[in-house]
Amino acid sequence: MYRYDEFDHQLVNERVAQFSGQVARRLSGELTEDEFKPLRLMNGVYLQLHAYMLRIAVPYGTLSSKQMRMLAHIGRKYDRGYGHFTTRQNLQFNWPALKDVPDILKDLASVEMHCIQTSGNCIRNVTSDQYAGAAKSEIEDPRIVSEIIRQWSTFHPEFSFLPRKFKIAVTGTPDDRAAIRVHDIGIQIVQDDKQNIGYEIYVGGGLGRTPMIGKKIADFVPKEDLLAYLEAIMRVYNMYGRRDNIYKARIKILVHEIGVEEMKRQVEAEFAEVRKAGTLHLPEEEVARIEAYFQAPAYESLPDESTELNKAVLADRDFANWVKSNVAQHRVPGYAIVNISLKPIGGTPGDCSSDQMDAVADIAEKYSFDELRVTHEQNLTLAHVRKKDLHAVYEALKKHDLATANINLITDQIACPGLDYCALANARSIPLAQEISRRFADIERQHEIGELKINTSGCINACGHHHVGHIGILGVDKKGVEYYQVTLGGAADEKTAIGDIVGRAFTEDEIVDAIETIVTTYIGKRNEGERFIDTYRRIGVEPFKESLYETH
Amino acid sequence: MKLIKNGEFVEDRFATVGDEDDLPDGPVIVSLERWQAEGDALRARNTAIGVRLKSGQEPTPIVEDLDKLDVVALEFPTYRNGRAYSYARLLRERHGFKGELRAVGNVLRDQFQFMVRCGIDALEVGDNITPEIWAENAGSFSLYYQPAADGRETVLSLRHRLAQRARERAAV
Repeated sequence: MYRYDEFDHQLVNERVAQFSGQVARRLSGELTEDEFKPLRLMNGVYLQLHAYMLRIAVPYGTLSSKQMRMLAHIGRKYDRGYGHFTTRQNLQFNWPALKDVPDILKDLASVEMHCIQTSGNCIRNVTSDQYAGAAKSEIEDPRIVSEIIRQWSTFHPEFSFLPRKFKIAVTGTPDDRAAIRVHDIGIQIVQDDKQNIGYEIYVGGGLGRTPMIGKKIADFVPKEDLLAYLEAIMRVYNMYGRRDNIYKARIKILVHEIGVEEMKRQVEAEFAEVRKAGTLHLPEEEVARIEAYFQAPAYESLPDESTELNKAVLADRDFANWVKSNVAQHRVPGYAIVNISLKPIGGTPGDCSSDQMDAVADIAEKYSFDELRVTHEQNLTLAHVRKKDLHAVYEALKKHDLATANINLITDQIACPGLDYCALANARSIPLAQEISRRFADIERQHEIGELKINTSGCINACGHHHVGHIGILGVDKKGVEYYQVTLGGAADEKTAIGDIVGRAFTEDEIVDAIETIVTTYIGKRNEGERFIDTYRRIGVEPFKESLYETH
Repeated sequence: MKLIKNGEFVEDRFATVGDEDDLPDGPVIVSLERWQAEGDALRARNTAIGVRLKSGQEPTPIVEDLDKLDVVALEFPTYRNGRAYSYARLLRERHGFKGELRAVGNVLRDQFQFMVRCGIDALEVGDNITPEIWAENAGSFSLYYQPAADGRETVLSLRHRLAQRARERAAV
């Protein structure tokens, strides 16, 4: 993975010093909370319902074991012994004291981590595929370009006060695990017929109040021009994005209002100028320098089949289920990708205790080249595990309640913090996700139901990505009572779709039964081998409407 | 209100005049509208002249006039509104404006360095800003990842220049 050089270190240290000064001015009373707000929002410090929240960047979701142990330490020392992995592959601590933040930042800097641009109207942490470097169909490791973008966008003097926050996602495979079409900019790594690598660019995707699917504005941006092209998009957005209404300020609204053709025209015109100036031309030697950090680890030469694995699968039914749902194919024979579920039955999606962080760090060190990934679905990934070690990894994870065999199944839910933490929420998300999780606790039944993604948001800002859940749940407030509106058929992969609203909202008492009805309807209608989303795409919303709202 | 020019606290020799105001003697800064309506008369006065662009006014209409202008003032109506950072870079890097580029409006200390990097060389700041505060904030960072209007060497260039030098040394 990427390692800081002296310059990266110095910049992060200078930022720690600057922010520590700002915190000191706040604590001494020199700054009021209002004056402090724009400053803390440049560094991932939010004021929530009960306390400050600190958001730590995990660039493109990659962590070393050492970094994970530092997060565990911070959770123990400054928080309540746990942290929360987010849908942007970051980590949040919900209870730090403001006076401790400078010390936390120093601890983070010692392991090449920071909170830079994890909030504010700037270019946020670039997100990517958790299978980077391990996926079978990968054209190029997406972390290379993600790191290049991280550096270019860090303290960008022109783009630190954009109309609104700005999120970029990159994927290097045709099957998209990074949800690139619901980002402000989505980058799909592609290859032309001469084997040159370039970038297909999507712009104007996003969720929130006005969900939009990103539109393609470039088929092939050559590698050396990527930053020039991104700068062109950012400049058009910075100059023409709306600033009169916070809810219409994202780039998706600009693209929607002027149309994708006009957007493309403006970006191309700007790109031609930036390219001509030449200062953002990306030199091959810098690409090569960063590429070197993402070289494949020293894989052993192994047979693809593992007799140890096959034996263990036959002997241990729970393990077999776990292999089925949580283990994915690796590009190298004899290796596998392991997904660690942070969705135990009845738990809070994405929460991880400091002890669990230490445990996965140890497991990663021993079995997966000392490195971990955070997924945008709020789980963790060990990217390179020998198949013959899978059972040992499973046993080690099980000891820490980290072996739930539910990846991509009905209890592998995304949920925003909701009314339990968030000042914006209308409804609780976590308790609902927990209730659904308990209702479908039976792992055998979950496997029988198959792939099904439920996403829950506690308000229309859609932090729980409900629009793109196969089943989406949106908490709404009706005269002080929490209701839940259901959408069906959403997806965030290469066939990205916004879910259809199924009908009137359900009360807290009705919603879990409604989910049960949707599942039963699907099981009754599905053809052999069809996932929920396939069945839904085939039969549409009507049969679900009928079963949900028919009068008994 | 204080004016910082090239890092020094200086007297503002320009008067910013409203569209209905009589023109005082000496250098003035006028709105884009007034410049467009009275440009010839303003130039005939033979004093230094500046144009102030509101946040929604991009520099395009004055691009042809830049050699006639001593100052372009860019409005930052609130600290959150960063449109003029782009205007500043375009004026400096694309249109080659050599005169004074002045930030006016809601100019916060934490933005000094960003503004300077975008080519702004003059800032109207609150009376609470001291030379110490300026120095501290204008120099928060000593390294830059991306090229901008200040022409400072980027980390990328620094890396490869140093690597090249090391290779040359090794070869000797």
